[in-house]
Amino acid sequence: MTNHIKIEFEAKDVNVRFARIAVAAFIAELNPTIDEAEDVKTAVSEAVTNAIVHGYDGKEGVVYIEGFSYDNTVMISVCDTGCGIEDINKAREPLFTTKAEEERSGLGFTVMESFMDSVHIESKKDAGTTVTMSKRIGKV
Amino acid sequence: MMEFKKVGNSLIVRLDGEIDDKSAKEMRVKIDVEYDEVGAKDMVFDLTKVTFMDSTGIGMIIGRYKRVASLNGCVKVFGANRVVKRIIELSGLGRVVKIYDNERQALGTGGGKND
Repeated sequence: MTNHIKIEFEAKDVNVRFARIAVAAFIAELNPTIDEAEDVKTAVSEAVTNAIVHGYDGKEGVVYIEGFSYDNTVMISVCDTGCGIEDINKAREPLFTTKAEEERSGLGFTVMESFMDSVHIESKKDAGTTVTMSKRIGKV
Repeated sequence: MMEFKKVGNSLIVRLDGEIDDKSAKEMRVKIDVEYDEVGAKDMVFDLTKVTFMDSTGIGMIIGRYKRVASLNGCVKVFGANRVVKRIIELSGLGRVVKIYDNERQALGTGGGKND
């Protein structure tokens, strides 16, 4: 069974929760365990927060989420058309943040990489960033 | 979403629901105001009613730790459920704050996980 969704929403912090709930509903048909569902929700929360806080730097913008499910695998991509990441390798370093003054933990990508099976980042300066994550769900 | 209780020199901060970017921003302002107003030294986070936390919650707790530590206080955390514990362990939060299973341990002389 395959499935595909696309959603978009304003880059506002209030919508991070909406994104978690929407993706949780999308993966529900794969019968995830509680841990698997929370893993995906948390990873999506991190990616969407990054898009809002870093991609758009709190300014107006739209966040796009696309989800694919096939067999027992779910793939979620979170995309923004914001400022892009200057150094992706540095951004992936645990605890690295460009916003320490805002109490940012610098753990977003670490969480995504720990809770999902794979994380792929594409980014271009002043064009935006797409984070694509996948996870095998509901193993028999 | 939040309740406070002063016990001795400690301010217990009882959090409720989901902690993400939006709620963390709101919480930290209220927590800092309350901490200053009651003149507490230590801060104890009660996470028993927290159902979700991403890394913004970790950042919020570490931010409070920096303020409290500057006044020679310490920060403790107790009651995280299995799901919330996973991000706490991943973050290494236990290196800077003491983590307990319950309030009695956190406030009493019971050993913490990293004692």
